[in-house]
Amino acid sequence: MQTMRRRIYTDGTIASSEITPETVFLNRRAFIAASAGSAWSWSAGAGAAQSTTDRADLAYSPDFDSTLEAEKTPVEAVTTYNNFYEFGTDKSDPARHAHAMTTDPWTVSVGGLVEKPGELHLEDLLSGFDLEERIYRFRCVEAWSMVVPWIGFPLSDLLRRFEPKSEGRFVEFKTLYRPSEMRGTRSFGSIIDWPYREGLRLDEAMHPLTLLAVGLYGKTLPNQNGAPLRLVVPWKYGFKSIKSIVEINVTDQQPATSWQTLQSKEYGFYANVNPDVDHPRWSQRFERRLPSSIFKPNRVPTVLFNGYGESVAGLYDGMDLRRFY
Amino acid sequence: MRWVMSPRLITCVVVTACVVPLALLAWQLAAGQLGPDPAKYVMQGTGSWALRGLLLVLCAAPFARLGWRGLFRFRRTLGVAVFVYATLHLLLFAQVYVGWDAPLLMEELEERPYVLVGFAAWALFLPLALTSTDAARRWLGRRWRLLHRLVYPATVLAWLHIYWLARSDIAEALIYGALFVGLLVWRMRRVRMG
Repeated sequence: MQTMRRRIYTDGTIASSEITPETVFLNRRAFIAASAGSAWSWSAGAGAAQSTTDRADLAYSPDFDSTLEAEKTPVEAVTTYNNFYEFGTDKSDPARHAHAMTTDPWTVSVGGLVEKPGELHLEDLLSGFDLEERIYRFRCVEAWSMVVPWIGFPLSDLLRRFEPKSEGRFVEFKTLYRPSEMRGTRSFGSIIDWPYREGLRLDEAMHPLTLLAVGLYGKTLPNQNGAPLRLVVPWKYGFKSIKSIVEINVTDQQPATSWQTLQSKEYGFYANVNPDVDHPRWSQRFERRLPSSIFKPNRVPTVLFNGYGESVAGLYDGMDLRRFY
Repeated sequence: MRWVMSPRLITCVVVTACVVPLALLAWQLAAGQLGPDPAKYVMQGTGSWALRGLLLVLCAAPFARLGWRGLFRFRRTLGVAVFVYATLHLLLFAQVYVGWDAPLLMEELEERPYVLVGFAAWALFLPLALTSTDAARRWLGRRWRLLHRLVYPATVLAWLHIYWLARSDIAEALIYGALFVGLLVWRMRRVRMG
C-alpha cells in the first residue's frame, strides 16, 4: 500500500529510477546509441530548420532540482511531433507548416476582471520576467507523453501585474487565429470553432507549477510548439496547455473551451491527468513515453495528476474527479 | 497492351503494387524517418491502406461494367492484400496499445465502440480471405457469392472505425464515405434494373 501511495502522489523528491521502469532507461540508452549513429534522421524538413536556426538563446536559471533530467525527451521529438491543429491534424504538420506564422511582432492583451488591463509585447515576454527552466512531464490526452525542459515564468507573475479583481474566478486564454498563415484552419473538414480557447480556475492559474513558457531546451519556442508564448499545466492533459497565446482574460464565469465545446463527453474543463477516468474512446491507464517503437512501445502506467499530486491534489479536495473530468 | 504484357507480367505488376505501401512503411521505419512514435504511424498507415484497398476492390465491378476489366480480374489479389494490411494493423494495435494484455483487450472491445467495429470488420474479412482459393469457391458454389457480400457490411464497419476515431478533422472520413455511398447507389440501381 505504501508503495502505491508513493507512486500515486509523487513529487520531485523521489528519485526518477523509482518511478520509471528500468525498460525506459534501457530503451533510452538504446535510443542515445541510435542517435549517435546516422540512423536518426527524421528531423529533416522545415521543422528542423525552424527549431535549430531561428531560435534565439535565452537567459534563465536552470532546473537543478529536477529528477527528470535524465529522462528528457530528445529535442527532435519535442519539435517534430506536435498537436497544433491550426496547422493540420497530423503530428508532423505543425513542424512542416507552422513557420508560416508571424511571431514578431506579437501582442498579448490581458483584460477582463483586472484592475489594470493592458498589452504585452514580444520584448516584454522575453525580457520582462525572470525566466526559469522547468523540466516537466507532459501527458497528452491521446495517451502518449514526453518530458520537456521548458523555459518560462509562472503565470501568477504575469497575472499579478494586471491585478485580478476579487470577483475574478477563472482565466480564459485564446490562441492566434490568422487563417492566411494557418492552413489547418482552412481545411473544410475541420470542425473546431476557431480561435482555440482554453481556461483555468483562478487558483489553478495562480498555482506555482503553472507556467507560461517562452522557450524549450534553452532557446525560444519553435512555432510548432506554440511560439512565442504558451501555457504549460503539467498535471493536466496537453490540450489545456494552449499555444501561441494572444489574449488572456480574467472572468467570473467558467470559460467555454474548444475541446469541451466540441465534445463535452470526451473532454472536460478540468482535464486532470487521471488513470481511473477513461477517455470514452480509449483507456488512460497507460501512456507511451516517446520515443516509442514497435518492439519497445515504452508503455508506462499513468499516474494521477501526472505525478504532481503532492502539489496540486489540494486544489480538488472534495471534488468528484469522475464528474469533473 | 495485350501484346506488350503477358498475363504473368501483369500479375507481377499488381502484386508489386499491393506490396509498395507496406514496403514504403518498412523502409521509412528502418531508416528512422517516422518520428518518435513510428509504431502509431505504421499502425495508421496499414489501417488506411486497408480501407483504400477495400474501396478499390469495390470499384472493380463498376469499372468492369464501364468496359475496363483490368481491376476486376485482380479483385482476389487486392482483397487478400486488404486482409493482410488489416491483420498487420490489428497485430500492431495488440502489441503497441494493448501489450498483449487479454483483460485490457476485453475492456477495449467492451468500452470502445471504434475498437469493436474495427475488430468486427476484420472478423468479417477473415472468412472471405479463407475462402478466396479456387477450391473454396468451387466447394461453396452459389453460396460463395452470398458469403462474399459480407464485404459491404465489413466496409461500413471499417468506415465507422475511422469516422469514430477522427478527433476533429473528418475530411478523409467524409471522402471515403462519399465514395462508398456512390458505389452503393450504383449497386442498388444495378439490382433494381437487373
